[in-house]
Amino acid sequence: MDPYYDPKDLSRFADIAKDAPDLGKKFFEYYGQVFAEGELTAREKALIALAVAHTVQCPYCIEAYTKASLEQGSNLGEMTEALHVVTAIRGGASLVHGMQMRKLAEKLSL
Amino acid sequence: MSTTPMAPEPAEDCGCNDLFGRTLAEQRLTLARGDTQTLQLNLGFLCDLACRHCHLEAGPQRREVMSRETMAEVIAFAKRVPFAVIDITGGAPELVPGLDHLLRSLAPLTGKLMLRSNLTAIAEEGRQALLEVCITHKVAIVASFPSLNAGQANAQRGGGVFERSLETLRRLNALGYGLPGSGLELDLVASPAGAFLPAGQAQAEKRFKRELADKWGIIFNQLYTFANVPLGRFRAWLEKSENFDSYLGSLREAFNPCTVDGLMCRQLVSVAWDGTLYDCDFNLAAGIPLGGERKHVSQLQQRPEAGTPIATGEHCFACTAGSGFT
Repeated sequence: MDPYYDPKDLSRFADIAKDAPDLGKKFFEYYGQVFAEGELTAREKALIALAVAHTVQCPYCIEAYTKASLEQGSNLGEMTEALHVVTAIRGGASLVHGMQMRKLAEKLSL
Repeated sequence: MSTTPMAPEPAEDCGCNDLFGRTLAEQRLTLARGDTQTLQLNLGFLCDLACRHCHLEAGPQRREVMSRETMAEVIAFAKRVPFAVIDITGGAPELVPGLDHLLRSLAPLTGKLMLRSNLTAIAEEGRQALLEVCITHKVAIVASFPSLNAGQANAQRGGGVFERSLETLRRLNALGYGLPGSGLELDLVASPAGAFLPAGQAQAEKRFKRELADKWGIIFNQLYTFANVPLGRFRAWLEKSENFDSYLGSLREAFNPCTVDGLMCRQLVSVAWDGTLYDCDFNLAAGIPLGGERKHVSQLQQRPEAGTPIATGEHCFACTAGSGFT
């Protein structure tokens, strides 16, 4: 069986608009505007996207935003630090839920 | 304007034997010479560095350098035909004997004289006299500075080059280069440390100015960001690392028809170390002479005629990607 993820699919992403063109058009226009230079630079946005790509574990996005981050002038040190930011938030989000555990356990315990 | 509209024509009928020519034809564009106002002189392939992205494969082992006789022929040409800009490159032009004489002779003949520097050769012992010539004649220094990150810069240019480049930039600032009102222009050129496209020039310049000033107290005038050209040592690396197809694909995808009018080859003639004429430094690297046949600078009585077609190859996609290479 073919693998679920095919790297060539990334370059065919626009085909997703074929059977829902209005929604596709709106999505891609929005997507383009989101990544345009704004209050945040294109470099900062690419680093955020790279970090989120790892959080949602999207291999297409990881490929796209590794390249975009390098093209925007980021280096591997900055890119790795961005991953630690999402790792800290992801791990922290688990750990902070421990407060619920503690409250419940304390309520149930003598 | 070189980008004259042509009748619609299928790409397969354009008669072009290279992908770039076919792309121009598909876009109904032609690439022809405009008003040639820049004289570029490549003094040779000798260099103290052997950068991994070098399209000319320059390095310490190369022996091709411009002779004093060819320099005299170039000076005679610049006297016959005035150019607004004269741009001296290499290799490392600082290593070529007679550079100081060439600079002194050319300075009165042009509006702007530029010297491309790798920031290491110019700082070697014994270069003080050359720096004084540059200052006296207000020679603009255009320096390679690929990245603000030492790892990326040294991966491209060699171990320790980043640190030596910072020292040279500080020294150039101390001599007045890059300082407002000094008349001594110091520009930087950044090209990616790998098989990816460069950052947008305006945003990258802001960042380079801020970080160089904040971290190292260095100032400069302008930053140019250029895509690496898939020729020479860079092409060999692309092929070896199996990045060639995807890199060329990225350049082709980023083809911007709006860049064609402003391409440097439209207004530049390039003279190689041996006096041979080319449309640009990349055609020099690719061995494609101006007009399709080898012609020597001493044979040129006037600037190349406007409207003359410019030879192209797939490497030309590097100059038309994104905002282009002008």
